[in-house]
Amino acid sequence: MEGIVGYGAYIPRNRIKVEEIAKVWGADAPSYRRGLLVEEKSVPSPDQDTITMSVEATKNALRRARIDPRLIGAVYVGSESHPYAVKPSGTVLAEAIGATPEVHTADFEFACKAGTEGMFVALSLVKAGQVQYGLAVGADTSQGAPGDALEYTAAAGAAAFLFGREEVVAECLETYSYTTDMPDFWRREYQYYPQHGGRFTGDPAYFKHITGAGKGIMAKAGMKPADFDFVIFHQPNGKFPFRVGEMLGFEKKQIEPGWLVNKLGNTYSGSSPLGLTATLDVAKPGDLILMVSYGSGAGSDAFIFRVTDLIELVRDLAPKTRELLEKNRNYLEYGTYAKFRQKIRKAD
Amino acid sequence: MRDVAVIGVGMNKWGELWEKSLREIFVEAALLALDDAGVDKIDSLYVGSMSSGLFVGQEHLASLLADYLGQAPVPAVRVESACASGGLALRMGFIEVASGMSDIVLVGGVEKMTDVNGHEATYALGTAADQEYECYHGVTFPGLYALIARAHMEKYGTTREQLAMVAVKNHANGSLNPLAQYPFKITVDAVLHSVLVADPLRVLDCSPITDGAAAVVLCPLDLARKLKKPLIKISGSGQATDSIALSSRQDITWIESTHQAAKRAYAMAGKKPEDIQVVEVHDCFTIAEICVIEALGLVEKGKGGRAVEEGLTSLQGKIPVNTSGGLKAKGHPVGATGVAQAIEIIKQLREDAGPRQVKGARVGLTQNMGGSGGSTVVHIFERV
Amino acid sequence: MPTPSRYWREIPQRYRLEAARCLNCGFEAFPPRLVCPRCQSRKFETIVLPGTGKIVSFTIIRVPPHPFVDQAPYAIGIVELDNHIRLTGQIVDCPFEELEIGKRVKIEFRKIYQEGEAGVIYYGYKFVPE
Repeated sequence: MEGIVGYGAYIPRNRIKVEEIAKVWGADAPSYRRGLLVEEKSVPSPDQDTITMSVEATKNALRRARIDPRLIGAVYVGSESHPYAVKPSGTVLAEAIGATPEVHTADFEFACKAGTEGMFVALSLVKAGQVQYGLAVGADTSQGAPGDALEYTAAAGAAAFLFGREEVVAECLETYSYTTDMPDFWRREYQYYPQHGGRFTGDPAYFKHITGAGKGIMAKAGMKPADFDFVIFHQPNGKFPFRVGEMLGFEKKQIEPGWLVNKLGNTYSGSSPLGLTATLDVAKPGDLILMVSYGSGAGSDAFIFRVTDLIELVRDLAPKTRELLEKNRNYLEYGTYAKFRQKIRKAD
Repeated sequence: MRDVAVIGVGMNKWGELWEKSLREIFVEAALLALDDAGVDKIDSLYVGSMSSGLFVGQEHLASLLADYLGQAPVPAVRVESACASGGLALRMGFIEVASGMSDIVLVGGVEKMTDVNGHEATYALGTAADQEYECYHGVTFPGLYALIARAHMEKYGTTREQLAMVAVKNHANGSLNPLAQYPFKITVDAVLHSVLVADPLRVLDCSPITDGAAAVVLCPLDLARKLKKPLIKISGSGQATDSIALSSRQDITWIESTHQAAKRAYAMAGKKPEDIQVVEVHDCFTIAEICVIEALGLVEKGKGGRAVEEGLTSLQGKIPVNTSGGLKAKGHPVGATGVAQAIEIIKQLREDAGPRQVKGARVGLTQNMGGSGGSTVVHIFERV
Repeated sequence: MPTPSRYWREIPQRYRLEAARCLNCGFEAFPPRLVCPRCQSRKFETIVLPGTGKIVSFTIIRVPPHPFVDQAPYAIGIVELDNHIRLTGQIVDCPFEELEIGKRVKIEFRKIYQEGEAGVIYYGYKFVPE
């Protein structure tokens, strides 16, 4: 059966605390902390972007998969912060890992679910027998407008998954996508920051699509919440995953292992994928995992994975997600953060 | 091979020469050399210049300058070896006279560096390093020499103060040189408090950006005798190459190209390091002088810092180094440096160095180096 | 800074650290060469450099060349990889006080430089603490 043969994460080491951002904009930090359930977020260094993080996450996935990169038939990078508007991120990744030239590459975009889109397609190609291995990465270095609520959570990170048929560490039992058109969060071409509909991004957007996908996949698979050992939802802030989990009938303990947002922030296309890598880091053979992503615009991709015995063999071959989250952190003050994120207007 | 003598020297005051173009700077120095030699027609011209293309957009330099010197249709060659361009031009002129091909050869070096801003100058100088594997990563020349300095300090215990003493010594000498760009003294304290450029090197560890030219006239020794000139002979010439990337060297604290070039020059001249009485070396950065005096065999490997501290290489010391003020105080118009080094030694051997005179100097040596040691040219001069 | 074609030509080295090993005497060259500097042989095989090594020397660039003006100050080092080939590159994610000769580092894929708002983005290797 097809599934994940290798997985890898990458998180930059810089952090900025909610207090530091609130200070500059005269906001009340404690209420942001309480309201968002977020303490700090990751910040990419100026020399990091979606492409560099994708490469490092993929190297970690390859360490676990232990396959010849030339056998990878598809390379997909999903992001809403691709470094170029025209010129793929996927080709740089494919070159860097040595998968070229016999490979199909594409960049995906769908707000925060661009990563799981690539996962769905890569997995499907493997399932169809079209490629031997497929690689999908969800990565972002997205920006929040200065002073906007999103500035407290927009973070950076990448998760990479190699799909195949042999030596699978987590079989994919089912997939399901739930999509409608809605303008909850968007960014027009040439605009630097996205815009969003405030509370409109809640119930009719995030919650509707995640519950739609969650119910849909469980119905399709004939499963219920209690069957799962872990569930991962897209994490735009600390509260939404628990609330939608409750709505669907899940318990906190199923959500916690993959819940990173309080210390990581919202890594957009990397959000639920990194939740998945963190979960795979601790899951046991036989465990059932449900993952439901969310991308504004809007849609959710859902996946059901069953962990195999092989997880024990590969888990330690690359850094674990929470290790990357915890070690070697470098806290920034707002000035350096603004310089790193190019929010300071410079001379030509 | 004939013996070759230097019968004329010419050099203008170096500095930021806003009013003068590259052509003017060169021709002025060349005319001084021709006048000093008492000749007005030359058989051949060699011009050392590292980057006239990047600094003033001018290539095809040898022809341009031959013409402006009024010597066209003389054969003329522009020689380039980064900062060793001048020394290499001298070597080529020497070879042409020694081989019997030409009798009167003018060798000049010139660089006009101030028509571009600091960043562009840094970029132009950076072309002496490996573009794809050093410069690509954001390395600068002070950076490369800082890498050498730190390694030398770690391996041999060379101190930050010893580096500063090189600059202080050279400024002390330069203050006695009317042609120097910075003819004034500085203190160790001033060096240690100057702005950091690439740790541990500071602004006062670095040679400056300079406009200037220098020229010499070569001829067979026999002709020099006939013309009743002071007989200063080039008794040794050696050149060597090495990888230009610092990371490719076996030992980054040791300048192998200088060691090899010096070996060849000593062999040709029949001399040993102990025979050398006055030296001009390529102190593009203070650490360079320390490494070079070791590679020339003037002091034991690793002991260069101590030698400077103990005054071995001061004007009053046992083996005076950079009596002209070195690149640090005299200035470093890149292509001209190698020729100016020769001029200082020649003046010393002619007993014409004024307050900088090393008494009784009969044998001198110049060491001119490109990049971080990718090329070195060494010449040995003797008063016959 | 390079032009697009000059950058593209070195991609196997910049992205994948492809080097050459002399089939005659085993000398390893990075970047690859046409002639072995040790034995003059002209036959090589492609190898990939190891991703870890130690610092041979380092400095902190405070007066950068023009393309790197926004990045200063940054650390540059010569790193000897575990197969004894030495590379020059930036050392990042490391506080300056923790830089020391002998420190173990590993290679990470990073952005080296981008040409303003509209030009090419140049990638390559940098070193991070192991």
